[in-house]
Order: sequence, then C-alpha cells, then structure tokens
Amino acid sequence: MGATDWLNPIKGFGVTFHTMFKKVETVNYPEEKRPTAPRFHGRHQLNRWPDGLEKCVGCELCAWACPADAIFVEGADNTDEERYSPGERYGRTYQINYLRCILCGLCIEACPTRALTMTNEYELADSSRESLIYTKEMLLAPLGSGMEAPPHPMRLGETEEDYYRLGRNNG
Amino acid sequence: MNARTLLAADPTLADFGKDPLWISIIKAVVIFVVLMLGVLFGVWFERKLISRMQNRYGPNRAGKFGLLQSVADGLKMGLKEDLMPRTVDKVIYFIAPVVLGVPAFLAFSVIPMGPKVSMFGVETPLQLTDLPVAVLLVLAMASIGVYGIVLAGWGSRSPYAVLGGLRASAQVVSYEIAMGLSFVGVFLFAGTLSTSEIVAAQASGGVLNLGGLQIPMPSWYMILLIPSFLIYIVTMLGETNRVPFDLPEGEGELVGGFQTEYSNSLKFAIIMLAEYVNVFVVSAVSITLFMGGWRAPWPISMWDGANTGWWPLLWFFLKMVLVFSFFVWCRASLPRIRYDQLMALGWKILIPINLAWILLVATVRALQIQDVNRSVVLILAALVMVGCLGIWWRFDSVLQKRKEDKAAQIQAEFEQLQAEPTAGGFPVPPLDLPHYHGVARKEVSSGSN
Repeated sequence: MGATDWLNPIKGFGVTFHTMFKKVETVNYPEEKRPTAPRFHGRHQLNRWPDGLEKCVGCELCAWACPADAIFVEGADNTDEERYSPGERYGRTYQINYLRCILCGLCIEACPTRALTMTNEYELADSSRESLIYTKEMLLAPLGSGMEAPPHPMRLGETEEDYYRLGRNNG
Repeated sequence: MNARTLLAADPTLADFGKDPLWISIIKAVVIFVVLMLGVLFGVWFERKLISRMQNRYGPNRAGKFGLLQSVADGLKMGLKEDLMPRTVDKVIYFIAPVVLGVPAFLAFSVIPMGPKVSMFGVETPLQLTDLPVAVLLVLAMASIGVYGIVLAGWGSRSPYAVLGGLRASAQVVSYEIAMGLSFVGVFLFAGTLSTSEIVAAQASGGVLNLGGLQIPMPSWYMILLIPSFLIYIVTMLGETNRVPFDLPEGEGELVGGFQTEYSNSLKFAIIMLAEYVNVFVVSAVSITLFMGGWRAPWPISMWDGANTGWWPLLWFFLKMVLVFSFFVWCRASLPRIRYDQLMALGWKILIPINLAWILLVATVRALQIQDVNRSVVLILAALVMVGCLGIWWRFDSVLQKRKEDKAAQIQAEFEQLQAEPTAGGFPVPPLDLPHYHGVARKEVSSGSN
C-alpha cells in the first residue's frame, strides 16, 4: 500500500530473488528422515497381553469395519492345552493386504480389545503382491520382557478378573 | 565513433574470411560442441536455479549436485522407442525438428566471443565468421526456425499441435518486428551491422558534444539506448517462446502445443535442444549488441589484460550465465499472459514506442554529424512530431467517438427494454408486473426488483 504500488507488477521478481537465499524446506527423504506425527496412521500391529498372549479374539469386527476389504480374519477356539489368547477364541489367521488398505484406522476403532493398533512405520513399498499381504506373524507385536510366545496358560493372577485387571494396568 | 582507440587485437570485418579451412572447421566444431554441452548445463542450471527460487533443491540425484541429470534425461530420450503416430505427415513430421534446430546453431556462427588470438600459430578472431549484415543473419535464422515450429504443428495433423504452431508463428513474427526495431538504435550508433564491429564500437563511450558541453557517454548500448534494450529484453522472451510468452506450448490449454505429438523421443530432444540454443542465441545477441560483447565489465576492464588473449571468453561466458539466469528469473516470477495481451503488447506498445524512440535517436545522431544543417533536421523532426501528434489526435477522437457511440447504444438498449419488455418478440415478462410487487405493497422481498 502506498508509494510503491506502481511497482506491483514486478514485485514478484523480488519475491523469487529473496526466496533464493532462504533455507530450503525440502526433506531429502531417504537420507534424512523426520519423525511422523504421534498419531500417524502407519502399519498395523497386533498387541499382546503382558504375559505374551494375544489380545486378538478373532471377532472379525476389524474385517467388517474395513471399507477396503483389506483384512482377512479366521477365528478358532482356544483349548486349555493350546491357549493363544485369554477367553474362548483367538484369531488363527490374520492377514492385512496393504495393496488394499487405505490406512483409515476404522479397524482400530472397531477393535473391542485394543488388539489392533497402528504404528508410525510408513515404509511399506515392495515389489511383489505377495510380500505386501502381511500375515499374523508379521503383524504381531514383538515379545517384550516377561512375555512368552503362546500357546501357554493365562499367567496373570488366579482368576480372569485378576488377569484383565493386571493386564490393563501393566499392558 | 569520435575518440575510439582500437586495439590491434580488435577484429574488424576485414579480418574475416581469411582463416584456413581447418581453422574454420575447428571453430565450427567447437561452437557446436560447446552449444550441445551448454544445453546440458543450461537445463541443469535452469532447473537448479528455479528450484531455489521456489524454495526447493531441484535435481540432486544424478551425479554431484545433480549435474548428470540432463545427461540422464538425454540418454533416456535417445533410448526411447521412436514413435511415429499413424496419422502424421511423415516427411514433415520428421523434418520439422531439424528445421527447428539447424538455424538455431547457424545463428551462433556470427557471435563474437573474443578478440584475435593465436590458434595453432594462426592469428584469428574468436568468431566463426562475420558479415556486413551479421545481425540480419541472426534475425533471418530466427525466422527460419519458426518454419520448424509451424511444420511440427502442421505435420502432426492434430488440432492442438496446429493451434500451437500457428500461435508460435504469429507470436514470433510479431515480436521479430519489435526486435528488429530495437536493433535500429544500435545500428545508428555503431554505424554497422557487423557483430564484431558493434562490439568494437562499444569499447569506449564517445563524448557527446551538446552545445559546447562535453558529456562523456557510457560505452555499453544497454545504458546509452536503454529503451531499445528494455524492448529487446521483452522481445527476446517472446521470440524464444519462454515464460511469460510461452503460449505456443501452453500446457493448460493446448496440451503441449506444437510438440504434442512428439512424445519423448529423440525428435523431442532435438526440439528441446533447439529451444535452448535459441535462448543462447538471443542471450548472445543481447550481450553483443547491448552489453559490450566479450569485453570485460567495468571493474575488471581497469586491468590492462582483461580484453586480450583468451580472457574475453570467460567474460562472455559469465555474461551468458547472467542473461540466462534472467530468463530463469522471469520464468520463476511471471505468470503466462493471455494471447490477446501478448499481441496487444507487441503491436500496440512495443512497436510504437520503438518507432518513437528511433525517431529520437535518429534526430540526435543527425545533429551529431559535423557539418549538418541543423535547422533542416530540427524542422524535419518537428514536422514528424506534429504529424504524429495529428495522427494520435485523429485516432484519439475517433476512439472517443466510438466510446460515446457504444455508451449511447447500450443506453438505448436499456431504454428499449424498459419500454418494450417483449424485446422484439420473445415473451419476456415486464419488469413491473403487479403480482411481483402486489398491488399496494411488495410481496416478494428477494429478487432483482
């Protein structure tokens, strides 16, 4: 506004010239990686209870919620000899097809046991279709300290109430 | 010029045409190779510079600083399948890129790049050849290059390509007039059309004798003839179809313009090459005619050896980089203008201003002639001025009359609409029907009435 208005048509030259000496905002991605936002929707993860049992109960709600039909779940019954999760059922087969998945997070909202959450990992590119269908072993959270790979009996307290209370507080 | 001291190394027109054949071949090959490499460098430089102006890095993958990017692009274009669309006019389609490319290279043969040097024991100027009408040769080559664009558009047998080609030809022809006129001032001051002698004429500014007052004049025509220079800068962008005048390939409306059907093959590479070489040619012409050619700019020129030997090649190269950077700067800063704006700028602004400026320059030059009858010159100039004013007044009054007529016509139409709502037969409801407003009060609160 004011005395230099008549220069407006060529003021753009000043903008571009000035920008030349500004710090470039580009992130040189493969060499330089910046952290994502905390709630970034990345690859899924199947969580565990603190004793290593799986949280997934094979209810298929995630598969039903999925708008892209990317999740395939097959539940099966736990037995006392072969227990994968507390309760009656566990997810025997669990597959997410990352060629279909749009990482919308509706499956996370649908999950009743917090078994399915998302990580911040986003480097999902690959060169074949098969390798982009992630199976249960690939999605399961790694075993932490004090965890033991299932199948094994429930190890948090004596009763189921103890188990879930302890699991909620420690998990 | 008045008090010019010519160094022995300064080539004049007489120095050309004496090279042995092998020296000419060496020069031609070197110019060709340097232009080819220059295009590779130019593409990379332009992409890098425009990237920085847009707050990003630009190519930085192929080689150090992405320097091999254009080599990779060129290789890719060379290795692609050479498509020949089914409906094209095969001969014209094939020849058009060549017609575009060859004149661009030819124009560079008259660009002076240095004084006389000793090349393998032969004393020869750093310029392939020179002509008494060298600058006209550059203009002519630019005009022939347009054939390439037009033929590419026509031979493609595609509406977009034809439109792009026609736009290009109209644009280049229009801007070439203004470009040629902007040279006239230089010719008047240098007294020659030979490029080497124009450079020599800018060696030192003469002294303007204005009624006993000795005014030293700057040596570069860029300062001395600043309106010519500014007009040349604009026409230079228009002539090479660069932003903001890149309408022939306006991707927004014409897909790729005349090069739509040239998918990424070697033919497209030649078109790109020709475009860049054309940019180099107009840059070199601007340097030669307005920026002292290969001569060192002021602070360097105080050093005695600056304009001797091979050094001028460096100054020439630096000036080329600067002018080319200006091209890139324009591309980063300016939006593409509309076609009618382009034509209006060329014909209604650049050419008339140029003519007026030439009149002024010619008058000044005529007054500088020693034994001139000044009153005749001044009377002639005054007559021309009066004539121009008369023409301007006539045009202005006609325009004014037209404007008034138009306004009266529009007013009459409005009045007719009010008086006769059917507007010549079509059943249009009158604007003041009772049920619009009610008989006593307004019922409809919204609407135009």
